[in-house]
Amino acid sequence: MSLPFDPADLGEGTVLPVVYAPAPVLGVPGEAVDPTDPAVVRLAADLFATMRVSPGCVGLAAPQVGAGLRLFVVDVTGHPKASTVHGAYALANAEILEASRWRPGREGCMSVPDLTGDVKRAGRIVVSGELPGSGRKITITTDAFEARALQHEIDHCAGRLFLDRVSGAHAVYQRKVYL
Amino acid sequence: MTELAVTVIGPDRPGIVADVAEALAALGANLTDSTMTRLRGHFTMTLICAGELRVEQVEAALAPLGLPFAVRDVGADEPVRQAGETYLVSVHGADRLGIVAAVTRELAGAGANITDLSTRLTGPLYVLLAEVELPAADAATLAERLAVVAAELDVGITFRPTQADLL
Ligand SMILES: [Zn+2]
Repeated sequence: MSLPFDPADLGEGTVLPVVYAPAPVLGVPGEAVDPTDPAVVRLAADLFATMRVSPGCVGLAAPQVGAGLRLFVVDVTGHPKASTVHGAYALANAEILEASRWRPGREGCMSVPDLTGDVKRAGRIVVSGELPGSGRKITITTDAFEARALQHEIDHCAGRLFLDRVSGAHAVYQRKVYL
Repeated sequence: MTELAVTVIGPDRPGIVADVAEALAALGANLTDSTMTRLRGHFTMTLICAGELRVEQVEAALAPLGLPFAVRDVGADEPVRQAGETYLVSVHGADRLGIVAAVTRELAGAGANITDLSTRLTGPLYVLLAEVELPAADAATLAERLAVVAAELDVGITFRPTQADLL
């Protein structure tokens, strides 16, 4: 499945430093953005550039680079747990319209480097949002790992971390050090 | 900066954690990593606290609570050693003597490092859950050996990776 979107159209991005919890920006709801604003388009390009240089990273939200805005990028292409895949795309002002088939899974976050947690996420979702650049409104129906990634990034845009959704007092784990 | 290991165990009641945490906070002891849980009717707290502290000070602060406790200086924080991929071992079956000993000996023999383990006995059912770190290359061998142990103990054992996905 492909979207009317090509990350290359955003232009060359700059790799930005990633912000780590407990940075306040990670805990407050982001503001809505104008997807056609050149600054928003540039930030989307920067998010792609930053995600691409981060090993294993499949999504990155604006608050993770210090911008309290409702904008994120995602790309689960080739991930073993992915089923439906829409490629690499950025989404502004995304909202979850439908969520079903809740499933547990363990996730980590670039902004919480030392911990992972068990979090229930919907295995099938319908999401609305706007594409940076064209500003086109789209609706995405997806499942499995792409659905989990979208929910994680939409949470970031709402000022929420996976720690806010872990399934129990023993559901947070020390993450091993990746070399 | 000293790091002290504190264990407190007492009959479970509301307020037991607050009592201990307040006593430590009043001393300026910063509670770092801890695990606190109810084991049958006993509430158990195992925690590390850091600060400019002496063992005797903490002992004096905890004594009035009337709960059995132990305080020990454990020196400075050691960096966590990486030991491979993470796996979850889950065991369940009829309770019998030596399940934990047999399973953990097998894990140790394979070089698996246990990072978290809990057991529960409910009626005749015994459940053991262990998170382990193990070099990925050794996983298949360990899985086979655990299957042998499972047959000997007449319990079910599953062994699976718990790799988290970075989002
Ligand atoms: Zn994240």
